[in-house]
Amino acid sequence: MPADAASAKPILELRGVSKYYGDLVALRHVELRVEPGDAVLLYGPNGAGKTTLLRTMAALSRPTEGEVLFNGEDIHRNAGLSKARVGFVSHTTFLYGELTGRENLRFAGTLFGLRDLERKIDRALDLFAVRERASEPVRGLSRGLQQRVSLARAFLHDPDFLLLDEPFTGLDAAAVESLETILRRLPSERKAIIFSNHDFEQGVALSRRLVALERGRLRYDGPLSLAPLESLGIAPAGKSQA
Amino acid sequence: MRSLSVIWAIFVKDLRVEWRNRETLAPMCVFGLLVVFLFNFAFETAHEETLRLLPGLLWIAFAFSGILAFNRSFAAERENACLEGMLLAPIDPSAIFVGKLLANLVFLGVTEAVIVFAAAVWYNFSFLPSLGDFALILFFGTLGYAALGTIFGGVAANTRMREVMLPVLQFPVAFWVLILGMDATSDALRGAARGDIARGVLRVAGVSLIYAVVSFLLFEYVLEE
Repeated sequence: MPADAASAKPILELRGVSKYYGDLVALRHVELRVEPGDAVLLYGPNGAGKTTLLRTMAALSRPTEGEVLFNGEDIHRNAGLSKARVGFVSHTTFLYGELTGRENLRFAGTLFGLRDLERKIDRALDLFAVRERASEPVRGLSRGLQQRVSLARAFLHDPDFLLLDEPFTGLDAAAVESLETILRRLPSERKAIIFSNHDFEQGVALSRRLVALERGRLRYDGPLSLAPLESLGIAPAGKSQA
Repeated sequence: MRSLSVIWAIFVKDLRVEWRNRETLAPMCVFGLLVVFLFNFAFETAHEETLRLLPGLLWIAFAFSGILAFNRSFAAERENACLEGMLLAPIDPSAIFVGKLLANLVFLGVTEAVIVFAAAVWYNFSFLPSLGDFALILFFGTLGYAALGTIFGGVAANTRMREVMLPVLQFPVAFWVLILGMDATSDALRGAARGDIARGVLRVAGVSLIYAVVSFLLFEYVLEE
């Protein structure tokens, strides 16, 4: 946890969160505080529990033990308020293949109860340079373009807290650069980001804090500059883990 | 008001997806027609026997066709984890139930119309004298059956053998609405006394409303992991 974290009011807090799937332990007693403006890289090998942790923070999954607080309130007890302020990008796109990108965003915007929806859709599509292809059915788009529409969907309601699970998957160089620019800007707008990324170097360039998981346990939570990379099993520059 | 707009959005989305991929209605109608067609060959019936067999035949055709709709209803949501996409939004989970129930009602309604028309032609039977009562029985029976199908479709979607699991869950519980539907349809088609027909309609409506309300209340738990 960062040194000044104890004094700041967290936007999200995990208290003793464990998650079991039968005998499988996906998360084990995870404690985490995220404040507005935080940019957190979630790192760990496959099966470390990154996706489970992100899903738990997005209120998609209930912890078996412990609690998740959003602005001090249980995230499941007051799910509507927290969901309205959280944007989530997953391995899957949450997009209907038969609908166009614009229709998908219009549907999502209606569920979020957004006003002035068409303008917000245009803004989100422009943000990820996918407006020109927004009238095509998603099924016909490449994986990269689908990922851009998925990102536009997550940003549509201008969330304060972004949970991004491998957000660079499938993106071409231009889209990667565009997303990197956006992610660098968000902390200055007091928006919090937690993202997982298999490219450690890229993650380091976009975050100030590292949360390392291994077999569901929190191995490290603190400034990137102080992270004991070797003991965490993270390869030095140029040899990032795949 | 917001819940209504969410329900409408989900309903319209389901219809639009179906309009573009035609993966639900066409198989439902073909399947229903096949049931009617095969029964026609299996029982070469005189008019009186037709009257005895027709209610059961119709409800069996509706029931089996409906299973296809309920399976498809959540198949589209499973792809790309779209159901989770909906759950990320600040909406009441029961709005998802109502939106999907309405879409399933439309699919079943269209299929039933096709099946009834085919039965009328193949069995040379006129539904017109009892059309009002028959339509009421169909409406309520379909409501109850679709409500169960919507919730069990959601349950089965989270299981590995979902295509098998749905009918295994659905038919034992839907037993009452099917039996009462057949009974009431039989009364309506053979022109029973008004009181008997009214009692039949009320029984179907009562059971269906119970199924619909219970499904509505429990749907939230189905969406939990």
